[in-house]
Amino acid sequence: MRVLGIETSCDETSVAVYDSETGIVAHEIYSQQTLHAAYGGVVPELASRDHIRKLLPMVRGVVREAGGRESLQGVAYTAGPGLIGALLVGVAVGRSLAWAWGLPAVAIHHMEGHLLAPMLEPVPPAFPFLALLVSGGHTLLVRVGGLGDYDILGDTLDDAVGEAFDKTAKALGLPYPGGPALEALARGGDPARFTFPRPMTDRPGLDFSFSGLKTHVLQTLCRSDASPQARADIAAGFQQAVVETLAIKCRRALRETGLRQLVIAGGVGANQALREKLQAVVDEEGAALFYPRLEYCTDNAAMIAYAGWLRLARGERCPASFNARARWSLASLR
Amino acid sequence: MRLLALDTATEACSAALLVEGEVLERYEVAPRRHAELVLPMLESLLDEAGLSLSRLDALAFGRGPGAFTGLRIAAGVAQGIALGAELPVVPVSTLAALAHGAFRERGETAVLAGIDARMGEVYWGIYRGVEAGVMECVGEECVCPPQVVPVPPGKGWFGAGTAWACHGEILARRLGPRLAAWAGDSLPRARDIAVLGAGLYRAGRAVDPAQALPVYLRDKVVAEKADATDRGRE
Repeated sequence: MRVLGIETSCDETSVAVYDSETGIVAHEIYSQQTLHAAYGGVVPELASRDHIRKLLPMVRGVVREAGGRESLQGVAYTAGPGLIGALLVGVAVGRSLAWAWGLPAVAIHHMEGHLLAPMLEPVPPAFPFLALLVSGGHTLLVRVGGLGDYDILGDTLDDAVGEAFDKTAKALGLPYPGGPALEALARGGDPARFTFPRPMTDRPGLDFSFSGLKTHVLQTLCRSDASPQARADIAAGFQQAVVETLAIKCRRALRETGLRQLVIAGGVGANQALREKLQAVVDEEGAALFYPRLEYCTDNAAMIAYAGWLRLARGERCPASFNARARWSLASLR
Repeated sequence: MRLLALDTATEACSAALLVEGEVLERYEVAPRRHAELVLPMLESLLDEAGLSLSRLDALAFGRGPGAFTGLRIAAGVAQGIALGAELPVVPVSTLAALAHGAFRERGETAVLAGIDARMGEVYWGIYRGVEAGVMECVGEECVCPPQVVPVPPGKGWFGAGTAWACHGEILARRLGPRLAAWAGDSLPRARDIAVLGAGLYRAGRAVDPAQALPVYLRDKVVAEKADATDRGRE
């Protein structure tokens, strides 16, 4: 079975075709990064305007690459959570295309896509597993029992990890998007020069809080000479604090749930320091670490096509009446 | 000539099917429910006429101006259907649709079509009825404060659209004796988009699905979007 996937929830336009026998057969991602860089963050209206211009030619190209419309049996599209205007472009095009083709359609939860992305790798995890979902909008620890069986074990009380990275990067004078730039700067820094807190690790539970850490960075920066070396040291110290905080909670979650597989997903999952630290944690805990390749870490349609296939194969169908949701709880999925 | 049309540019959501000069229509004033309603409306029209998409000549949609998110819903639906059913697309101005509505309902052939653009501005188009199903734009459509809308030559002009409900006094003062009457309660409708779309199609104005794009008129959106950032649809 082949499913066309469409993703437009934020600033990436992406289209893919997943084949249940052979995996992803065509995949394109267009990033709007340069469009938003001048504004220091994603401008929703500009994102929507770009999606409606870029999406259809990409759909055409990907469908052609996959061998044409006749090979497809369904259409899946991200219907939330995300920027409502951006989401509606992908939903409107995807749902209408399926309608005109007479194919079944299914609306996919963006974070479910991320959670399942490691299943596209040659050595996938098996249900149940523990997932750390880290992106610009989310910081979740989830027990994944199967498709639609998501138990939220921990969540952030304020900023998401990616948000903390972006805001800290901005404070350090780095260009948007800040996460990768901060990681690069941290490589030349001494993480031990400044001490940063490990928020909420001294109390039980699996929730996170990163807004205090961001404030701490600003104060440290003000007290320092703000030299290039000081900035690099702050970046390194901040990154280490975030990574260790996430690692402490992951270790705790592995022990509490007894799960032996840890998945890292979402854009921040591309952070090398985080991957290395979590590898050390799973080694010590006798567990295994799984993460998607880089192009499936960022927002992408491959994961949407895959999640779409799982849901279509389960018999799910969306009516002709469509919609998108800016907010949509992962735990509400079935 | 068989043509399917849709419009979601304003508070109204509508769909129409034109078959050999006869028009079937679904129309509902349903703010924020366009995504929910539009495909079922199209589906029910095809069912009623016993037609399938493959029997159509073209698809027309209200390309704007109007609410940004609504315009993208219409364009996205038009793109998806047109690609899926291999149909050409006819983008139709929502201001032309308003003007044609005034022609259809009251026989007006000189229409000042205006849609409230919020933030103290109006979307504005000056239209003349040339023949049945053809409204010709005089000058260019624009977005501007009602105090400075472009003014047409001559007399007997009729004002139509929500711009007149919001800024009727100001517009009437601006137009002076050129204005004959106005009504601010009309919204663009798919039945007018269908008729205008058929005319444009015959004139060779259909485009590839990838060119089924909104015409926003308001293109300075960054500063004014600061307050609308995550609030959702306008």
